[in-house]
Amino acid sequence: MAITARTTAPLMRGSESAPVGRDQMSETLSSQPPVRPPAMRTEAGAKPRTAAEINKLPKKVTATDVNFFYGEHQALHGINLGVPEHHVTALIGPSGCGKSTFLRCLNRMNDMIEGTRVEGTILLDDQDIYRPRTDVVELRKRVGMVFQKSNPFPKTIYENVAYGPRVAGVRKREVLNEIVEKCLIQSALFDEVKDRLDTSALQLSGGQQQRLCIARALATGPDVLLMDEPASALDPKSTARVEDLIFELKHTYTIVIVTHNMQQAARVSDQTAFFYEGHLVEAGPTNELFTKPKEKQTEEYITGRFG
Amino acid sequence: MSTLAADKPGRPWAPLMSRLFAVACGACMLFCLALLGALLYKIFGFGWDRLNTAFITGKPSFMPAKSGILVPLVGSLYLIGLTAAIAVPVGVGAAVYLEEYAPLSRWRTIIQTNIANLAGVPSIVYGILGLGLFVRTIGLGRSVVAGALTMSLVVLPIVILSAQEALRAVPGTIRQASYALGATRWQTIWYQLLPASLPGILTGVILSLSRALGEAAPLVAIGVATVVRQVPENLFTDEFTALPLQIFYWTDMPDEAFHEAAAAAIIVLLTVLIGMNALAVFLRYKFGKRIQW
Repeated sequence: MAITARTTAPLMRGSESAPVGRDQMSETLSSQPPVRPPAMRTEAGAKPRTAAEINKLPKKVTATDVNFFYGEHQALHGINLGVPEHHVTALIGPSGCGKSTFLRCLNRMNDMIEGTRVEGTILLDDQDIYRPRTDVVELRKRVGMVFQKSNPFPKTIYENVAYGPRVAGVRKREVLNEIVEKCLIQSALFDEVKDRLDTSALQLSGGQQQRLCIARALATGPDVLLMDEPASALDPKSTARVEDLIFELKHTYTIVIVTHNMQQAARVSDQTAFFYEGHLVEAGPTNELFTKPKEKQTEEYITGRFG
Repeated sequence: MSTLAADKPGRPWAPLMSRLFAVACGACMLFCLALLGALLYKIFGFGWDRLNTAFITGKPSFMPAKSGILVPLVGSLYLIGLTAAIAVPVGVGAAVYLEEYAPLSRWRTIIQTNIANLAGVPSIVYGILGLGLFVRTIGLGRSVVAGALTMSLVVLPIVILSAQEALRAVPGTIRQASYALGATRWQTIWYQLLPASLPGILTGVILSLSRALGEAAPLVAIGVATVVRQVPENLFTDEFTALPLQIFYWTDMPDEAFHEAAAAAIIVLLTVLIGMNALAVFLRYKFGKRIQW
């Protein structure tokens, strides 16, 4: 129980309110090394606590009745979800539940897959990103993405970060230098790499590579940052650094994160949405969803009874 | 501990078989090495004395002692250079289209299968096509350009296939990362995919050009001359000849002294080939060492 106590308080309450699931819950928790430094836990207290509070926040992204099809197969069924600005929204659910698919709808990365189709509307501010003649390139500059497996380009650290501005037409060296430095500082990588910006990004460690990918995503000056299980391939220490980073970044950006790790969702997010078999089962303030889930499926999932 | 003993009950022959197999594979390797060694020994023994500066810079002659290979050597280098200039952009372009643009369809499958089949078509067939198309219909005659266009047909399928292979080896995550940063398809191909697949593309190009360097059949088919007195000055009109044709011509002569000249020319051809392969290894190392997925 000593280990559980070090994670966020709401989670503990969640396990208490689910009498049958307690054993599984503490098992899940103890399998995850406690990594959050104390300072972060106090900040977590500032999270919105009620659905009413969440609903009052201005929405950066609003999905309405979103259906998604891979050919004949429908992967998403009528998703309605608002993403509050400057907050972290976590998407959780078992594998294949559609949470990554939904994430990839938000910057139209699914367009790259042949035979896919989207119905419904997704508003970024007040513009429907799926209306005809949307500039997808412009959209992806405003909605950055970080992938599950760090995927730096086989180029120098500098070139990795400068790539986004470069393809957007920035040519001036001073401007690029400034962007690269700013983004590396923001992603808490600058001190580690400032003396070797011209070495290959592939020589960095896994955790550093992932932070480089975050810096690269920040370099296009996005409003929204999509993260598809950004820490799932990292060791606990690197995971903690990425989570700290998410805490820092949410002051500037709106973040949507897909995660398999429920402690992570509880630690970093303000709002959590639970997906199951292509349906959005429940969404609400993270504290509420983990302590007082409204749906039985949600409760079973977060207490570790399936998934 | 008995399971770790060498003489396992039930399969007493296993260690012996393992040894035998290793010996058999080694014998196969030795056989190849011996063949190559015998070939090189014969050629070098025969042609080494004939090889000198005068031979490299000499013009053809009816006297074997005075014959040189300047004209076919320069012809071969022109031919390969021009073939590369034609086949590389076209082949890489076709590969990029097939890998990055063409939608998955039955047509693409048909085209893909056909390219793979074309890579196996005997080169003389391309020679006959070149004769009909470039030499006669377009009227390029037996010029370097006609030869290079014909040779391009021979190497194109291999260039396309190896470039496709190299593009396919670039992880999909690189494409996704590039698109996610707001890059267009063209930018993704130009700044990410082509640089990342360059070592593979170059290796395929150089190996196929090495093959083209040694090809005689397509040149025979388009009727390239075997005895040309002058290095071609106009690539569109002047006649030319190439090293494999010169070698073929000399080995066909009754005079033994011409056979020595042929052996010397083979040494020159092999030197150029080894040089090209060394270049392939070098480029692969130079561009490839930074890229490890």
